[in-house]
Amino acid sequence: MSLMKHLAAATGAIALTAGMAAADPALIFDLGGKFDKSFNEAAYEGAQRWAKETGGSYKELEMQSEAQREQFVRRMAETGANPIVVLSFSNIETLNTVAPDFPDTKFVLIDGIVDQPNVRSIIFAEHEGSYLVGMLAALASKTNTVGFIGGMDIPLIRKFGCGYAEGVKAVKPDATVIANMTGNTGAAWNDPVKGGELAKSQISQGADVIFAAAGGTGLGVLQAAADGGILSIGVDSNQNYLHPGKVLTSMLKRVDNAVYDAFKAGDKVEPGVINMDLASKGVDYAFDDNNKDLITPEMKATVDAAAAKIASGEIKVHDYNSDNSCPFVSF
Amino acid sequence: MIDFATLIEILDSTVRLGTPLLFACLAGLFSERAGIFDIGLEGKMLAAAFLAGAVAAVTGSAWLGTLAGIGGSLIFAAIHGFASITFRGNQLISGVALNFLASGMTILLGQYWFGLGGRTPALIAGGRFEAITLPFADALAPIPVIGRLYSDLLSGHSALVYIGFACVPASAFLLYRTRFGLRLRAVGENPAAVDTAGISVTGIRYAAVAICGVLCGLAGAYLALGLAAGFGKEMTAGRGFIALAALIFAKWRPWYALGATMLFGFLEAVGNRFPKIEIGFISVPSQFMQALPYILTVVILAGFVGKATPPRAGGEPYVKER
Repeated sequence: MSLMKHLAAATGAIALTAGMAAADPALIFDLGGKFDKSFNEAAYEGAQRWAKETGGSYKELEMQSEAQREQFVRRMAETGANPIVVLSFSNIETLNTVAPDFPDTKFVLIDGIVDQPNVRSIIFAEHEGSYLVGMLAALASKTNTVGFIGGMDIPLIRKFGCGYAEGVKAVKPDATVIANMTGNTGAAWNDPVKGGELAKSQISQGADVIFAAAGGTGLGVLQAAADGGILSIGVDSNQNYLHPGKVLTSMLKRVDNAVYDAFKAGDKVEPGVINMDLASKGVDYAFDDNNKDLITPEMKATVDAAAAKIASGEIKVHDYNSDNSCPFVSF
Repeated sequence: MIDFATLIEILDSTVRLGTPLLFACLAGLFSERAGIFDIGLEGKMLAAAFLAGAVAAVTGSAWLGTLAGIGGSLIFAAIHGFASITFRGNQLISGVALNFLASGMTILLGQYWFGLGGRTPALIAGGRFEAITLPFADALAPIPVIGRLYSDLLSGHSALVYIGFACVPASAFLLYRTRFGLRLRAVGENPAAVDTAGISVTGIRYAAVAICGVLCGLAGAYLALGLAAGFGKEMTAGRGFIALAALIFAKWRPWYALGATMLFGFLEAVGNRFPKIEIGFISVPSQFMQALPYILTVVILAGFVGKATPPRAGGEPYVKER
């Protein structure tokens, strides 16, 4: 009995010291992995930028399986980290369970909405960014056929695909959009072989621009497109440099800014929902040295004009999540 | 319903998707015919894909990469051999352990060597297997039907595809027409009888496991150097297990293995080409098309192939009576 007391006291002491240490912010990467050249890597960039500017340090963890979600977030909260940035919609349930147990810790969820008093939820207007790259795809296409390859078949990815198709049809109403999803399980994010095969299949159907929103699978798509002599569009991070001159553009999702802002606010992160849309530069298309020869000034002017209209609300892009349907393409 | 060009396209994709399965299936065949169950095909392929990608990226040579992949796969095969032949451990557990080991080690080493999150650097020409154009492919292309079949379907694959197809008759010959093959099959059925004849059961089983390692190495190398341009984490995506299903479907026979793996490749290719199929008023959803290979496995195993009898001594370590 007395041993138990000692143990309890010791654990209490450890917990106290942990709580008193300067609260470092923390970042928990999701299953795609820290260096996925895409979503998770964008978050990493944001955290690195913060660390470089402030000289501060942060904690990080990388999830390896579905089963670790709650355990990892809980463990990170127990170390006293504050705020804790968690990536991916898959963690909505996780935070609904864990956040109430740590009322003094602030959590930030990217890509999902959690209604808890200590959680900031950040969502991106992926459909708006996808609309812009869709317009670029249609403008660059000579065959009037463009492709979309999604990773795991989930509403979020359909939101990308739907916005993309709407953008294509806005420029060329008679254009064909071929849509493929890689799979229904988490493995669909890491299957470059299947991604390449899907891209080849779309090329054989006449597609000459393919947008990949598929994490690691997308790297296979970009490779197959470059091999097949057609253009591709990257996602989340700027992927133009992967195959210079062969990637038309990338749909940027400024996850880095979201992480940076959260780290900067520290434990004073305001809870609530933040919508990172085109108007707040939360999404954008990439234009740099690697693709400047692919995008003519006319194309750029057309797309920038549309971007301004979307930002001002004049054009309203259909959001797949609003009614779970897409009038522009069938998945 | 579909035109000839589409059919060729699908068959072409079938060959590409079926080849890694074929290698892995033949690998499992040798191992299991000698009485060593191998659930670690996936792990061996993954390790091979990683080493192939890493070495090809550093040396710029696809063939050196392939050799490295085979080497890595052989190390895994040796561990499996030690555990299940020499130490008479449980073969399934050893296989599962190797799968976990491969999954973790590839990412760890990849991150340590290249710092790209477990990925190997993207390969450029030379590091990858280029498509081989068979002789007269361009000249014959204009001939209807046969020309397309030859120039699009048979020609234009990477060297490993042709090696894979050559492995089928080679395996059949080795298993059914040579003394080694007879002994290998006997070791899987009745090791005691082989031992009585004065032949080393251990030796034959190690040889079988080594052949399995080489073939898994080729499967992994084809994934990383033929189909993709480098290694990505978990890039085998369950193909080792599909190959195991194909092995049972093929009743542990080389020619059947060719048919089974190509059927799985074909179903995946059809699913890729037609994510949705409209038949009259009914629309078959894409989820169904993606699940088709798995549904087929269950249906076929439930009765269509008849009884699939595994080698009788499979899964049992051989203990000499004292």
